[in-house]
Amino acid sequence: MSIDTVERAESTPDELQPFAELGLKEDEYERICQILGRRPTQSELAMYSIMWSEHCSYKSSKIHLKQFGEKAPPSDRMLAGIGENAGVIAVNDKLAVTFKVESHNHPSFVEPHQGAATGVGGIVRDILAMGARPVAVMDPLRFGAADHPDTARVLPGVVGGIGGYGNCLGLPNIGGEVVFDPSYQGNPLVNALCVGVLPVDRLQNKAATGPGNIVVLMGAKTGRDGIGGVSVLASATFDEGSEQRRPSVQVGDPFIEKLLIESCLELYENKLIVGVQDLGGAGLTCALTETAAAAGTGMDVQLEKVHLREASMEPHEVLASESQERMLFIVEPSNLDAVLNVASIWGVIATPIGVVTNTGRVRITWHGETVVDVPPGSLADDGPIYARPLREPADLILLQADRAETLPRPTDLRETLLTLVASPNLCDKTWVTEQYDRYVLGNTILAQPEDSGIIRIDEETGLGIALSVDGNSRYTRLDPYDGARLALAEAFRNVAVTGAEPVAVTDCLNFGSPEDPAVMWQFAEAVRGLADGCQELGIPVTGGNVSFYNQTGATAIHPTPIVGVLGIIDDVAKRIPMGFSHDGDLLFLLGETANEFSGSEWAWVTHQHLGGRPPKVDFGREQALAGFMARTAELGLVRSAHDLSEGGLAQALTESCLRKGIGANVTVGEDAFVALFSESASRVLVAVPIGLRQAFEAVVAEQEIPLTLLGTTGGTSLVVKDQFEIPLDELRTAWSSTLPKLFG
Amino acid sequence: MARVVVDVMLKPEILDPQGQAVANALPRLGVSDVASVRIGRRVEIEFEGEADLERAREIADKLLANPVIENFQVKVES
Repeated sequence: MSIDTVERAESTPDELQPFAELGLKEDEYERICQILGRRPTQSELAMYSIMWSEHCSYKSSKIHLKQFGEKAPPSDRMLAGIGENAGVIAVNDKLAVTFKVESHNHPSFVEPHQGAATGVGGIVRDILAMGARPVAVMDPLRFGAADHPDTARVLPGVVGGIGGYGNCLGLPNIGGEVVFDPSYQGNPLVNALCVGVLPVDRLQNKAATGPGNIVVLMGAKTGRDGIGGVSVLASATFDEGSEQRRPSVQVGDPFIEKLLIESCLELYENKLIVGVQDLGGAGLTCALTETAAAAGTGMDVQLEKVHLREASMEPHEVLASESQERMLFIVEPSNLDAVLNVASIWGVIATPIGVVTNTGRVRITWHGETVVDVPPGSLADDGPIYARPLREPADLILLQADRAETLPRPTDLRETLLTLVASPNLCDKTWVTEQYDRYVLGNTILAQPEDSGIIRIDEETGLGIALSVDGNSRYTRLDPYDGARLALAEAFRNVAVTGAEPVAVTDCLNFGSPEDPAVMWQFAEAVRGLADGCQELGIPVTGGNVSFYNQTGATAIHPTPIVGVLGIIDDVAKRIPMGFSHDGDLLFLLGETANEFSGSEWAWVTHQHLGGRPPKVDFGREQALAGFMARTAELGLVRSAHDLSEGGLAQALTESCLRKGIGANVTVGEDAFVALFSESASRVLVAVPIGLRQAFEAVVAEQEIPLTLLGTTGGTSLVVKDQFEIPLDELRTAWSSTLPKLFG
Repeated sequence: MARVVVDVMLKPEILDPQGQAVANALPRLGVSDVASVRIGRRVEIEFEGEADLERAREIADKLLANPVIENFQVKVES
């Protein structure tokens, strides 16, 4: 079949086009015809269907996400924010940090290993496109029930894929989460975060400025990877059964990505390029139209110049391909040879494929015939926007009335503790994290299982950054507004307890179908909660990602906003670790404990119960705690600090004892069950050297933080006075055998 | 005893970094006339009685190959 050109489209206005199969609505298709003044060509239709998809256009989420900008507190630190490839935060006059979390959920269910691996590759290129050297990654993961057979297929594949790609790239994986819940059975969540560091003056942008400049594609060859919906167009062109030849799975090559990183950094360092954009979802289509739209220019592209893995590819396939490890550069003609030279030194392919024009149109030719002629803004910026209907889920009132606080309480707290620490969500995650390289590059200060990952970014001054990602979807299911705020509060606290100052937020919002008003309501509430929370805490959301359609059949996952918080620590030598390290230190609890069990790990593990309202969140307290932790870190008053979250004080004590094998002897109040297992927010467990008690209490008094003396560290058991004693060996066996037993 | 051979290959459109690495190494050995290399694996299954191709196909589909990204062929080895 011949190629569908613009000329042909003009002469055959009535030819039927499979827009519905590509996911476009009838009115959207009509708008495309209006914009172009004719029917789109096959290639144009492919481009619009991709760029106007939920994934690229944020058409359902945009009207909610703008709150992040409107409510954002003023920040001198933010150098780039939402809409860029990743947010950039100035650390000082010279250095900046860029970070972002993104989802790769659906590919990771189809092909767990490659799906998760290419998720890492994609987010690393986003960071690279800002001008930064990637320095660490983290992965918040959600799987179905731990003992479900499909989890045994998905989890090892995902973990292997993340480890394989990240380790080959030589990036430390410094944290993340592994959470199990039946709601993720047919739809696991694989989110990936990357953080990079750049000199402030190396910040890059994606605008294709300067008519006459050359458009260069660099990296791997383009193949039929991840063509997804466009296979509808392909199957119209090829014989039956061609579907099978076009899986939406992409296979990555971390070694090419490593070469790409080094060549990009050399190009930036030598100021050889004007603009840069990574190729991710939507491939060339997205990169060409976004760079042109960002500069308000146009582009003439000779598509046949793109290096192909298979010669038989058609133009719409080349435009839609999601082949990994590719970047697009805008280069002044005088620098072109130098750019190509850098690429050849690193052994990556670089090809000039077009020029920037001042026509305001992206024109793409295929062997001399024009197949695309579109205004780039219509694809990149002016996609459809929907204010979808919202409706509170019908079951929410009943769910919230069914409070976990009324469940029968356990009589044997020792048994309860051992059961909980062995439960899949609270148990030791070493089985996962030992597959990741956590210390490569030699700047990792803290990594899993610590509250935050900490990376040193300046070897001379000891300047570092701290990062934590958190989210509790049970809380969000019970109350999306407060659930999102709790996720933010926990990530903020996790960064603060290490002694770092939290400064910025990224988020990955994983939800079901936006066409379901109940899901859309959850989304709207969660975004409102997050935006309000950031406003109260005074830290901006700098970027992130929305992932909709996470559902199995008609059943959506629990709403899962994942929040990442970035902190700055002036001297990593002063960071506070989580584990008890000395005998005889005093153990204090900062914050107040209430009878809060709804949505808790205890309610779920012992009663398979989910109901009530999640714990209260008070950002004033969180801020006071953060200020206090920064000050005690500066003064060196605490030996260890650990945030209390899922599993409550019992879990925090267990983790702090087992970190270095030092026991604890504590007394809890009359209601030992609440004291040990409640999940009240804004609490931290700290160990203070006995000689520093007065100084410590003086600083606490300044901040008016509730303080309770619990006991002391030491010994080889965890002892709760008048309740129980558990030898650390027994505790460790319970805590660390769960995942090896399940996954080998 | 009857031997069935299962050949597993990545589907043609799937990137094969391993094959590519070999292809890139060949010129260093002075081989310049190779256009592309793709690497798969060969599995030999010995049946106790007669060769059962249907069964071999089932084994390959469920265990030996990843049908999302790989194709396989089974044949009886004479």
